[in-house]
Amino acid sequence: MRIHFKTSYAHDIRLFPDRWTLSIYGTLLLLAFALPYLLDEFFLGEVTNVLIWAIAGLGLMLLTGQTGQASLGHAAFLAIGCYANTILIEQGVPFIIAFPLAGVLTGVIGVIIAIPVLRLHGIYLAIATIALSVLADDIIVLTEPWSGGVSGKFPEMITIFGFEIERWSMPSRFYYLVLVVTIICTLFYRNLLRSPLGRAFAAVRDSEVSATAMGVHIARTKGKAFGLSCMITGWAGALMGYYAGTFNNETFSLVISITLLMMIVIGGLGSIHGAFFGAVVVAFLPQALSILKDNVVGSGVAIPGLETGVFGMILILFILFEPMGIYGRWLKIRTWFELFPFARKDMFRRQKSYLKTERLR
Amino acid sequence: MSLLEIKNATLKFGGVVAVNDLSFSVEEGEVYAIVGPNGAGKSTAFNLISRFYEPFAGSFIFDGTNLLDCEADQVADLGIARTFQNIELFEHATVLQNLLVGRHRHRKTTLLEEMFFTPRVRREEERHREAVEEVIDFLDLQPYRNKMIAGLPYGVRKVVELGRALASKPRLLLLDEPASGLSVEETQDMRWWIDDIRKQMGITVLMVEHDMGLVSGVSDRVLALADGAKLAEGTPAEVQANPAVIEAYLGAGAV
Repeated sequence: MRIHFKTSYAHDIRLFPDRWTLSIYGTLLLLAFALPYLLDEFFLGEVTNVLIWAIAGLGLMLLTGQTGQASLGHAAFLAIGCYANTILIEQGVPFIIAFPLAGVLTGVIGVIIAIPVLRLHGIYLAIATIALSVLADDIIVLTEPWSGGVSGKFPEMITIFGFEIERWSMPSRFYYLVLVVTIICTLFYRNLLRSPLGRAFAAVRDSEVSATAMGVHIARTKGKAFGLSCMITGWAGALMGYYAGTFNNETFSLVISITLLMMIVIGGLGSIHGAFFGAVVVAFLPQALSILKDNVVGSGVAIPGLETGVFGMILILFILFEPMGIYGRWLKIRTWFELFPFARKDMFRRQKSYLKTERLR
Repeated sequence: MSLLEIKNATLKFGGVVAVNDLSFSVEEGEVYAIVGPNGAGKSTAFNLISRFYEPFAGSFIFDGTNLLDCEADQVADLGIARTFQNIELFEHATVLQNLLVGRHRHRKTTLLEEMFFTPRVRREEERHREAVEEVIDFLDLQPYRNKMIAGLPYGVRKVVELGRALASKPRLLLLDEPASGLSVEETQDMRWWIDDIRKQMGITVLMVEHDMGLVSGVSDRVLALADGAKLAEGTPAEVQANPAVIEAYLGAGAV
């Protein structure tokens, strides 16, 4: 077990607690940058997909894992980000401005939607946000002159100061773009977690009553969480548009919202790692299943509902046996090795919580 | 002028009068205790001061500011911190993070600065941490700094909650049953802490407590409530000797 001998308050604020962790993440980053030279185009595309899902996961994680507000409407915000980015670029705004702006715009719309919606709690909030997902589809059809409606849109090639990026013909360039956005979003997320706002999010999640008593404005904090979450999701949406190459009203469906929520639950709620682990599962599972199916029953046979079935099964198993997700399991395994042979079976068992004050409002 | 002045406070839940025409004032630098049987309206009075409940009538003045003009979250900004009867901590956060939330009212940084974690945010964080460390030293919470609340025993949680309130450097500290569920030793610690909070930190304490040993040990004045109304007010000895108080607790004819 590594013992951190802390000598200053800055120690706890650092991004990485020690050199060892820094070197691990440094190596991971180097590996990520070297990946286009190590993988062929197909797998690079898959990794790009994982990263895009991870960005979307980070967005939802900020809201659900950090602030405790479930949302089944995030596909709508993916759509807003995607359409905003494409339409802005069509209007002649350069990518370098249009892309960040698309995220900010999604965030602003998110805040506007949050004001009424976040008065709801728990299951009611989830249902209200489902409505967003359903509405997004119709709104895209209705606003056909801008959105292209059912026939959809094709994002233009990305140019940053004359430097061209395209998903199909230049997969490694597109990969680098996604990687940079991923790193920026992760840093934003991490920075928020170690600053007052991130703690206010956790406060709202765990006890609204005492958060209020400590001076945290609940509605405003939730609004900020929703806005930031939507901003990150909007960026993911814009990248998804480029990744898919074409999108219409059906691209960002309710299924995407549900997948996103399942993804962060499987990955591990409330952690950055969880978003990435979940993204790996979501992005690789369909490929892994089809490869497995081809080898077991032959490529000619189609099994309808296989993917959703397996996905649902995995979710059930996680909720039953590992509610803390893949990241939680990883923590347990790591602790077991770190403390070997002193790890106890019940170390991670949650103690039953004491009686809570009757909810005041 | 009193630090906190409450006049004719009344609160009704439907037909039940929880607090009935209650008036009292807390002077700067004193420990003021509210006692009373269950359902007397003690915690309700606290929730009125914290602005969790909207009073039916009455005036609430804290250091010249009308509390009724404030939202519940603005009460903390005035310098009123509180604990809860049934511990309301942030379960899935560490002790340190919980205490740092107490510093929320002292934050100066904006969302954008925090996203980029500018040097100013870092400096502010270190300043908050310093304030929190003082509280940790004061309450002997060093062994628990990085422990999750979810795994802590009840007694420690109680102390952490006190610490969170202290971290906000309040002028008035509301303690809702600080000794409930604590062992004899822990109650003794609590008594010394309350004494020190008043003497060293100069914080005025308003507390609700059932443990008469603790109440008479630390408080300057005691208010006895029954059925939402004032029964008696005075020094601990006076209140304990008051026939009306004895009647409310033990029934008529007990004397």
